Amino acid sequence: MNAMRTPHIAVCLKVVPRPEEVKVNLETRTLDRANARQQFNPPDVNALEFALALREKHVGRVSVLSMGPPFFAEYLKLALAVGADTAYLLSDRAFGGADTLPTSYTLARGIAKLGDCDLVVCGEESSDGATAQVPPGIAEWLGMAQVTYGSDLEILPERWRLKARRELKGGHEVITVPLPAVVSVRVGANEPRFIDFARLTGEPLGVTVWSAADLGVDPAMVGLSGSATVVAGVDRAETVERRRELLTGTPEEKARTLVERIAVYLARGTRPDGAAASSPAAHA
Amino acid sequence: MIPPSYTKAEASGIWVFLEQESGRLEGVALELLGRGRQLANEAETLLSGVLLGSDVEAAAQVALAAGADRVIVAEHPALAVYTTDAYTKVVGEIVVERRPDIFLLGATPNGRDLAGRLAVRLRTGLTADCTGLELEAETGLLLGRVTGFGGGVVAIIKCPEHRPQMATVRPGIFAPPELTAKPWGLIERVPVRLSRHEIRTEVVERALHEGLDLTKAERIVAGGRGTHGDFGPLRELAALIGAEVGATRVAVDEGWIERERQIGQTGYVTRPKLAVVCGVSGAMHFTVGVEAAECVVAINSDEEAPIFEQADYVIVDDLFSVLPSLIKQVRALESG
Repeated sequence: MNAMRTPHIAVCLKVVPRPEEVKVNLETRTLDRANARQQFNPPDVNALEFALALREKHVGRVSVLSMGPPFFAEYLKLALAVGADTAYLLSDRAFGGADTLPTSYTLARGIAKLGDCDLVVCGEESSDGATAQVPPGIAEWLGMAQVTYGSDLEILPERWRLKARRELKGGHEVITVPLPAVVSVRVGANEPRFIDFARLTGEPLGVTVWSAADLGVDPAMVGLSGSATVVAGVDRAETVERRRELLTGTPEEKARTLVERIAVYLARGTRPDGAAASSPAAHA
Repeated sequence: MIPPSYTKAEASGIWVFLEQESGRLEGVALELLGRGRQLANEAETLLSGVLLGSDVEAAAQVALAAGADRVIVAEHPALAVYTTDAYTKVVGEIVVERRPDIFLLGATPNGRDLAGRLAVRLRTGLTADCTGLELEAETGLLLGRVTGFGGGVVAIIKCPEHRPQMATVRPGIFAPPELTAKPWGLIERVPVRLSRHEIRTEVVERALHEGLDLTKAERIVAGGRGTHGDFGPLRELAALIGAEVGATRVAVDEGWIERERQIGQTGYVTRPKLAVVCGVSGAMHFTVGVEAAECVVAINSDEEAPIFEQADYVIVDDLFSVLPSLIKQVRALESG
């Protein structure tokens, strides 16, 4: 009965600093991201690819959506050049400093404003926050079904459901959920396509910017003021002091010395009581 | 501020979500009971476990032996296998009714799926993927340590006003507690109001690889880019010394080895007695996954490799010349 129905797919994209370019200032205990070059959050690129592939199969359209400062618009243009139909940037000073609760709320309001979204595709987690909490949060705000850690996405048109493989601890499952739904996808779950430079250099690509007022959100529900968590401090990670003993000689000699040093960790069932080696004195 | 489901003044106790698979508790659930017990003692409050499933009596007994004062059990055939809708509804209702102060979950795929949704339903804060939990001295607030960008830095996150203070914790961070032969806690069964039509997810297929759990491995032989995709000698050494084979994200992304064996920030945090790390440069994203190892051996041909800073025994050499020798000598040791 839904054979003629075509999906409207929204993709949430986040722009993050390249991790290797973020400097740590241990004096001030803050992260210096200002000079780091930016990139799309890696799994978000896989999310966009899934959306475009689903559009190829089922027609429909793809909207990309991001929350962030004005410069994110340049990145959303890249998403348009790759093939997205429309792009929206949720940008307002009021959105700054948001933890996952107001972030998921703001994105959910943006998706609601897009209207008639059948599927929301997100990256599994952001490489700077690594919380993986935003996609389930969006699903809850919108009352949609959710699939996390997904791959192999299919739309079952006759049942109007999403089918996906989902990673589990030490395994996987294949599940279906009714549309509309939110799915987060694993990094590397597909081969993203390249930018169509003809689109990038052709007619100007437009990004619609929505402010807090455009979304009609209560300023107390977004950004820093809507956040439930606060950063109490930044600390040096505990590091274990290691022996750092350099083993020398030929490969054979190095291997022989190593076996002597770690013998106590290798012994299995050789003690009279049959117990496994544990907390060896050799390490003290 | 987004209004919470209940207030600070109404909240009490520390809760742990007891994730189970086929009636067996996940390792991280036990680890959280261990740390939760310490925190509950410190705060002079009660430690409760929340256990959903079908036929989970044995798991509830294990949780009591692990030190819980109470295990809240919700049994229903539709809870046998995890689904977002069923678990969010049942856990959410129990939380709103009984109002814990702190609620800890394991950062497993299902634990994170549930925590992310539940935090929004409860309108509360969630500190995700913690690598440490403490209580703030003056306030008693939960402090979650979260590893951030760049090596060597953690952010400390707290949730001052919203309740419960939720956190997910990576498996392998805390040691599992000793099980006592004389548990003192009680099992409390709660009625489950759940009908099948409330569960939108249909599970078509489920496949679990029994046995592979890097977080429990006593010995690990791990490889990275320097293996160039050849894990043969690593597998041979691992088989010989009773180790599991692990890998860096690069090795997994290259398709050299399955994702279940990935160690590090986006993989598993392990705590073996011995980790032999071969052809791994040693980015922080990897080393957080072997930090808790008792002994780390690093083999890498690049003498500048940062992994050597994190190693007890340093071998600057080609892993393909060292490993065969190592295998031969371990064999001689075993037969000798």
